[in-house]
Amino acid sequence: MSNQANTLFDKVWDAHVVRKIEDGPDVFFIDRHFIHEVTSPVAFLGLESRKIGVMYPERTFATADHNTPTINQHLPVADPLSANQLKALETNSLKYGISHWGLGHARNGIVHVVGPENGITLPGMTIVCGDSHTSTHGAFGAIAFGIGTSEVEMVLSSQCIMQPKPKKMRVNVVGELGKGVTPKDVTLYIISKLTTAGATGYFVEYAGDVFEQMSMEGRMTVCNMSIEMGARGGMIAPDETTFAYINGRDQAPKGEKWDTALAYWKTLKTDEGAVFDKEYTFDAADIEPMITYGTNPGMGQGISRNIPTSEQVEGGKSTYDKSLAYMGFHENESMLGKQIDYVFIGSCTNGRIEDFRAFASIVKGRKKADNVTAWVVPGSHIVEAQIREEGILDILTEAGFELRQPGCSACLAMNDDKIPAGKYAVSTSNRNFEGRQGPGARTLLASPLVAAAAAVTGVVTDPRDLL
Amino acid sequence: MAYDKFTLLRSTAVPLPIENVDTDQIIPARFLKATKREGFGDNLFRDWRYNGDNTPKADFVLNNPIYKGKILVGGHNFGSGSSREHAAWAIYDYGFRCVVSSFFADIFKGNSLNIGILPVQVSPEFLDQIFQAIEADPDAEFEVNLEKQKITIVSTGESESFDINGYKKHNMMNGFDDIDYLQAMKVEIKQFEAERIY
Repeated sequence: MSNQANTLFDKVWDAHVVRKIEDGPDVFFIDRHFIHEVTSPVAFLGLESRKIGVMYPERTFATADHNTPTINQHLPVADPLSANQLKALETNSLKYGISHWGLGHARNGIVHVVGPENGITLPGMTIVCGDSHTSTHGAFGAIAFGIGTSEVEMVLSSQCIMQPKPKKMRVNVVGELGKGVTPKDVTLYIISKLTTAGATGYFVEYAGDVFEQMSMEGRMTVCNMSIEMGARGGMIAPDETTFAYINGRDQAPKGEKWDTALAYWKTLKTDEGAVFDKEYTFDAADIEPMITYGTNPGMGQGISRNIPTSEQVEGGKSTYDKSLAYMGFHENESMLGKQIDYVFIGSCTNGRIEDFRAFASIVKGRKKADNVTAWVVPGSHIVEAQIREEGILDILTEAGFELRQPGCSACLAMNDDKIPAGKYAVSTSNRNFEGRQGPGARTLLASPLVAAAAAVTGVVTDPRDLL
Repeated sequence: MAYDKFTLLRSTAVPLPIENVDTDQIIPARFLKATKREGFGDNLFRDWRYNGDNTPKADFVLNNPIYKGKILVGGHNFGSGSSREHAAWAIYDYGFRCVVSSFFADIFKGNSLNIGILPVQVSPEFLDQIFQAIEADPDAEFEVNLEKQKITIVSTGESESFDINGYKKHNMMNGFDDIDYLQAMKVEIKQFEAERIY
């Protein structure tokens, strides 16, 4: 094996195969397991009914995020079903000795924000969670992906899951990004080119100047959205940017352990000549600020473009027509100038400090448009504290925005943060599916800059005009 | 959780010729609040199936009594989006045992196999034939033979084979799940774990 050119993905995957099953999946070892309140309770019930325990509780981390309110978190959770799920997470964690950062804990927040910011996520790891956006952690050169509840039960009980090895894809973005073009635009652009199913069956490595120059938070945004083109996950080779981000974080290796880890991490890159099953290369100069117009994340385009006709897109006309009808849009219309009702900045895609800095850069000195209701939701308490410390809260308050408390919030609208039926929301989250942000809600996915531009003008606006 | 063995299924089918049916449509997030695996079938395709006031939408296929059966036939890229196994639970709980499409999202496919729903991937052409057969006769029957890995339109005799790995096939045919397998491997896993650097 040592003479063979390997991909980053192969190196990490192969190091975690406990057993290969002939004509079947690999028995795949999991280094880190995150759990939250929604997809774990039935897994714990399964353990109980089988009378088996948690094999390595120290490898699992629990945080409450999907179902939590984003105001008045000090009060009891009003919805009894949500309260019950939160309680179940707490009880199960306590029972099995799993570290639990529940509602109100200083390190609580969205699982994919919390893992990296506390140094739990490290290069070369395998990381799973009952949440498809677990792909976020791939930004560190980890193999990270979402799993179902049956698999949560497998990891709890055996620290392994059964996975067929995916095929390999590399997506290169080369050149330099233009003004106002952010990591979110890069990922929405890639998904628009590959479509919502274009990477199904593959694990993606992102490569090229654009990713090399990108911050860790930007890389997390890109890897987060890998699932939106069907890929199980996406990863980026760790480099000095990665190491600098990790160094000193709460649970990151220290001292001698750091040196050992660093030496290993430096081997985590795709060898020259390694072969991918599929490869795409895009030019950074072709990417403008993006916005979606339809009901899946592949239905996005440069903000200055008109909505395509059904002949210009892949897939059937009836599905396309249904999608535009849901959105209340028509072929050939311009997206610019469309009136919007809500703005949501937050989520595991764009709920980190750099996202709020970007949002504030446009909001500063301007006022929230009267027709817009804005929900500004940090990804974690640590992000919330940064927003305050850096003076971003003052900018937001001055402009008429309120800061809410951390959680998944309107990204999936499990709590009360629901966009009303028929209303338009420019959202920095990851999915524009029908009803995703509330029954009948209409979602336009975009970057924090596009969200800020919409929030201060009340219509879809090119953020480059405001920078 | 144990599920019924799957060997041979002969049934009518329910057509849903829409592409990219995502798991938020199969079961919206607001119905994921249970701590037990019960009753998810009631909310299968909730927002396509019911109006805001909970009255059934007459034009949705699950509300049309002429379509019934244990096979759900969906358009290309069925099950994209969230990893929620609740989507597969809802389909199973409603009474489906098999979903046919020309393409499945990865996580949905894995979840289905883990809980005893057989995802059958056919060619786009064969999928069209299935939709046409149901349109011509809502009582048209289909036979899904897991052992032979073959799906047949009974009225025309047209059939196509489908893929499934040998391990999962064996599990489905016997009602086994992965946890039994992994529990039997604990010594090997322990040795592996001891060597991990993290």
